[in-house]
Amino acid sequence: MSATQDLPAAVQRMIGTPMYEEQTEFPIEIGYVHNTCAAVQNGNPVFWNPAVADAITGGRIAPPTMLSVWFRPHHWAPGARAERKALQTHFDLKDLLDLPEAVAAGNEAVFGEPVRLGDRLTTRQIVRSIGPLKQTKLGNGRFWTIDVETTNQHGEWVGTETYNMLGYRRPEQ
Amino acid sequence: MSAADVASITAAQIAEGQPLPSLLHRVSATTIVLGALASRDWRPMHHDKDFAVERNGVQNIFLNTPNNAAWFERFITDWTGPKGRLGRLTFAMKKPVFPGDEMCFSGVVRKLGTDATGCHWVDLDLAISVDGELRTTGRARVAVPGDIEDNPWTRKGERWKP
Repeated sequence: MSATQDLPAAVQRMIGTPMYEEQTEFPIEIGYVHNTCAAVQNGNPVFWNPAVADAITGGRIAPPTMLSVWFRPHHWAPGARAERKALQTHFDLKDLLDLPEAVAAGNEAVFGEPVRLGDRLTTRQIVRSIGPLKQTKLGNGRFWTIDVETTNQHGEWVGTETYNMLGYRRPEQ
Repeated sequence: MSAADVASITAAQIAEGQPLPSLLHRVSATTIVLGALASRDWRPMHHDKDFAVERNGVQNIFLNTPNNAAWFERFITDWTGPKGRLGRLTFAMKKPVFPGDEMCFSGVVRKLGTDATGCHWVDLDLAISVDGELRTTGRARVAVPGDIEDNPWTRKGERWKP
C-alpha cells in the first residue's frame, strides 16, 4: 500500500491543491520589522537606517526570514469565535487524521523579490506530501509537508516557505 | 551613518571551507517569548511552560521556528554585511533550545560559485549547538557582491535565481 492510499479521501484531495488564498491583514510595517530585529539583536542598518536602505535595497524592506510573520492572523479580532490559526491546512490535517499533537520538524524558505514597507502580500497553502504512519519518539504519527507561496501586490513572487511537520498521538492518548 | 560607511564582504574575500565568526547568545524565557511574539506566533508552547511540559513533553518553553530563522539571518548578515542577500534557508531542529541554554552559532562556507547571470553565491553549512550538543542544523544560500560596486539587491526577475 502506498503512503497515501490509507488516507481519508478528504485528505487525499488536499494534496497538490492550492488552498486558503488570503491577503495579509495589514500593509507591511516597520514596527514588526523592529520587533523581529530586536528579538535577535539584528543591527543590520538596512532595517534601521532609511538612508542605508535607500542606497542598498532601494527603500525600506523587511528581513527575508519574516516571510511567514505577515500571514499569521492576530490572536483575536472582532467577531472571532475561536482562536485564529495560521497555516490552516496543517490544523485541517491534524483534525482529519485525528492526530491531536504536532511539532515543526523543519523549515525551508526561498526568497524572491524583497518585501517592502507598505506591501500587501497574498499567500496560498499547498499540501505537498503526507508520509505513512510511523512510530516516533513522541508517539505514533505522520510527517507532512506544506508549501506557502507568497506574492506581492504587483504579482511578483516574494518567496515560498516549506514546512515539514510531525502530527502525532502521544502513547497515552 | 550613511551607506558609504557600511561595509559588506565581497566574493573575493571568501574561500570554500572558511568559517564564519561564531556567535554566542544566552537564552532566557524572555528571549523565547520576544521571538515568538515578534513572529506573531501565539502557540502556547512558546510562552506557557505548563503547556510545553504537559502537552509537548519537554522541559520548558522553546525557541519557535520563524525566530530560529531570524537568528540564522542575523548570524549570516553579521558576517556578509548589509549587501548580503539571503536566497535560501533550510534548517532542522533536532532538539529544542530552552531558557538557560547558551546558543553557539557556527557556520562554514561549503561552496562558492557564480551563476549564469553573474550572481555570486555562497552556500553555507550552519549549526546551533548548546554545550557541544547539536540542536539545529541548517544550510543557507546567500548572494554577495562580486566587488564593491556590485549589489545583489538590485537583481530581480530572471537575474535572481536563488
